[in-house]
Amino acid sequence: MRHDPTLAAIRFGTGLGPGLAPPASAAALLAELSGPDRMAARFALPAYDEAIARRQALTGLRRARRDAGAEAERLAAAGAIKALRREARAGYMAGLRANLARAVAAEFGFRERLTQFWADHFTVGRRVSILNEAVSSYVDEAIRPNLAGDFATLLKAAVTHVAMLLYLQQAGSAGPNSRFGRKHPDRGLNENLAREVLELHTLGVEADYSQSDVRQLAELFTGLSFRNGEGFQFRPGFVEPGAETVLGRRYEGGLADIRAVLDDLAHHPATARHLARKLATHFVSDAPDPALVDHIAAAYSSSGGNLSATYAALLEHPSAWAAERRKARQPFDFVAAALRALGVPGAEVAALSPRQTRGLLLAPLALMGQPWQRPDGPDGLPEEAAAWITPQGMAARIQWAMRAPQALTGALPDPRGFVETALGGGASETLVFAAGAAATRAEGIGLVLASPEFQRR
Amino acid sequence: MASDLSRRSFLGRSVALGCSAAASPLVTPVTLASAPWDARLVVIILRGAMDGLDVVQPYGDPAMGGLRKRLPVGEAAGAHDLDGFYALHPALGDLMPLWRAGELGFAHAVSTPYRDKRSHFDGQDLLEAGTGFAPGAPLAREGWLNRMLQVVPGIEAETAFAIGRETMRVLEGPAPVSSWWPEARFELTPQTRRLLEMVSHDDPLFRDALGQAAEISESFDLEAPGEAEEEAMSPAMRAGPGKAHLQVAEFAAGRLRRDTRIAAFSISGWDTHGNQARTLKRPLAQLSETILTLRAGLGGDWRRTAVIAMTEFGRTARENGTGGTDHGTAGAMLLAGGALKGGRVWADWPGLGEGELYQGRDLMPTADVRAYAAAAMQGLFGLDRRVLETAVFPGLDMGGIGRLIL
Repeated sequence: MRHDPTLAAIRFGTGLGPGLAPPASAAALLAELSGPDRMAARFALPAYDEAIARRQALTGLRRARRDAGAEAERLAAAGAIKALRREARAGYMAGLRANLARAVAAEFGFRERLTQFWADHFTVGRRVSILNEAVSSYVDEAIRPNLAGDFATLLKAAVTHVAMLLYLQQAGSAGPNSRFGRKHPDRGLNENLAREVLELHTLGVEADYSQSDVRQLAELFTGLSFRNGEGFQFRPGFVEPGAETVLGRRYEGGLADIRAVLDDLAHHPATARHLARKLATHFVSDAPDPALVDHIAAAYSSSGGNLSATYAALLEHPSAWAAERRKARQPFDFVAAALRALGVPGAEVAALSPRQTRGLLLAPLALMGQPWQRPDGPDGLPEEAAAWITPQGMAARIQWAMRAPQALTGALPDPRGFVETALGGGASETLVFAAGAAATRAEGIGLVLASPEFQRR
Repeated sequence: MASDLSRRSFLGRSVALGCSAAASPLVTPVTLASAPWDARLVVIILRGAMDGLDVVQPYGDPAMGGLRKRLPVGEAAGAHDLDGFYALHPALGDLMPLWRAGELGFAHAVSTPYRDKRSHFDGQDLLEAGTGFAPGAPLAREGWLNRMLQVVPGIEAETAFAIGRETMRVLEGPAPVSSWWPEARFELTPQTRRLLEMVSHDDPLFRDALGQAAEISESFDLEAPGEAEEEAMSPAMRAGPGKAHLQVAEFAAGRLRRDTRIAAFSISGWDTHGNQARTLKRPLAQLSETILTLRAGLGGDWRRTAVIAMTEFGRTARENGTGGTDHGTAGAMLLAGGALKGGRVWADWPGLGEGELYQGRDLMPTADVRAYAAAAMQGLFGLDRRVLETAVFPGLDMGGIGRLIL
């Protein structure tokens, strides 16, 4: 099988761009993962702890506002709350810009694609104000450093991160017979995280588990919690006494056994199949070749759940290189690939103003159906091309393609050269003709970006 | 959906739509000939599992009070009595005039046949597919509304509209349907549009999405000036962010006043695992405002309209440890509209006492939520019961469901 660098850049990376050499081999894609994470260093984001401190400040200010004696004091506290929210919102926008800048400036962008993939697998959406705006920091801490190692490590990092404990409401879940539960009979278990760990993060909904497994895992998870101002906290007072049985295996309880159950779930054969199918679906086809899925799952199992070995299996299978590009780029990837093709430097993306961020990135992404880090639910984004390429989604993509490049680049490239850069010389005659026949440069660029050839991967 | 449209039927529709609107630019075009019926159906999918026991509170059930401490029920908690047994959640209070007018009703202790795994995503997919409930059965690619459209002759793409940013599986399938999101804009010069059609021609998914986008936005341009002005002053436009549901409802009403007969969209935010007393208010307010906006926007057509709002499953009978409820089984369904024979709660009430709960934790389902959807369609569209029980909802038994539509 001959390696196709252009296809590699489009299907597994963040796309082609002027002066960017596409990956010369599958090994080159994997080497990007084993090397240092230059993009995270270059476009750095604050630690999640900063958001935790901001959240604590909010609690104090709310109290101050409530207890204020004089109107002036109340107004001062209210003003400070507004400023905190503005700061948090600025962090949310900076997170989008940093993620885009990384995708634009990366050597190939395989790590960026995997970051988006796993951030979606371990979706965190809105739950707690202020902390809602720091999802990018959660991804940088829990997902990004762990996406080339063992899945068990990634799983434990994501599931026990404060952002996840709050989003799936684990932080307040207390065993009914725990010390806390006995004192507060109106408080008790919350099954949300336990259910999603089994259904979404590990085994998959088709696997053989029951409501009792969900319940037992929820009991085992008790204690995983959060303390305002401090962050993660294990609360022994929340722990349901007694052992739990999950998928036929007995766990005594406590943090070590929570890690143990996550290890066991990571190594379960159903998890291997679930993750293999998800990877093949995301990167290759909405209806992936079963042989490809089997091959990836086998590599996952035989490597003990090592993700680099898993990706290597994906990249070495002939089905992963089918010439027909059947997937549609998701909106974030579409925008990133467009900026990369336009040659917009990462530093410029990172330096966009709040107004530009809203008008050129946030609002269009929402219209395209992917409001940034605002998922509809913990199952994250849909995969099927038909879920994205709807009349309304298509209208939003066209609108962006026709207008945003002009605003984001000093001078638009010649559409006749751009069609070659963006498609790596593989553009159809029709598209080459259309790029040259457009009435204006902006429309020529827009036509290339809005074409199925550019949007398919 | 889009990919199943042939280019020919698509162009044919453009022409028809243009003509009917252009012929009478100053009045709402009423082109009965192009729609198979006069009645309107709005289907709202409530994503996240609405707690039926909190929304339509069976406060007359002696066991109810003992199940929930932080989620009080009944008139003492501000809810509106419906019939002495059930009370309506305070956040739906604005709908009480509809209840009194017989334009609002509920089915209770209903569910789909989906059981036990209580996954939102499977639950919603199956609710919208309306079939394939046997364990291990593959998920049907078609939604039940689409299957219904397949059995009716004379369907045009604008007969049914899915509204939202996300896909509405309930409408997906081979019968032509339209979809749009009211905030979307589509502005191209004719030359650029031609070029874009050319480069999209060989990819049916993109080609059809592009064609529909163009067609739908063109139909806006044809709207009469007076009407456009009125829309510019609409509550949704004035209300700003957080009011997207009003835009959806207004868009739906606008379409339904023209050639559209079925509209489907969703309202999410029902997954109230924590502090439900607070978190349930927002989606309920959206549901209430949506229904009132539809009623106002539909004007004289409201009397021909039925709205059904259904959710993937109910929630646990007992509140959980964080002031919320977890995933359950049976729940409630809301029905509204001028065509509804409402003012009642339809239920074969299973009770909430010891031994009466499903698996000791959830409200026991005593009726299939699909049977109510089927009965509404039977009454609105005159569909044969046999068709509903075989083609639309294969294997459904509609027995025991009375007349829902006037």
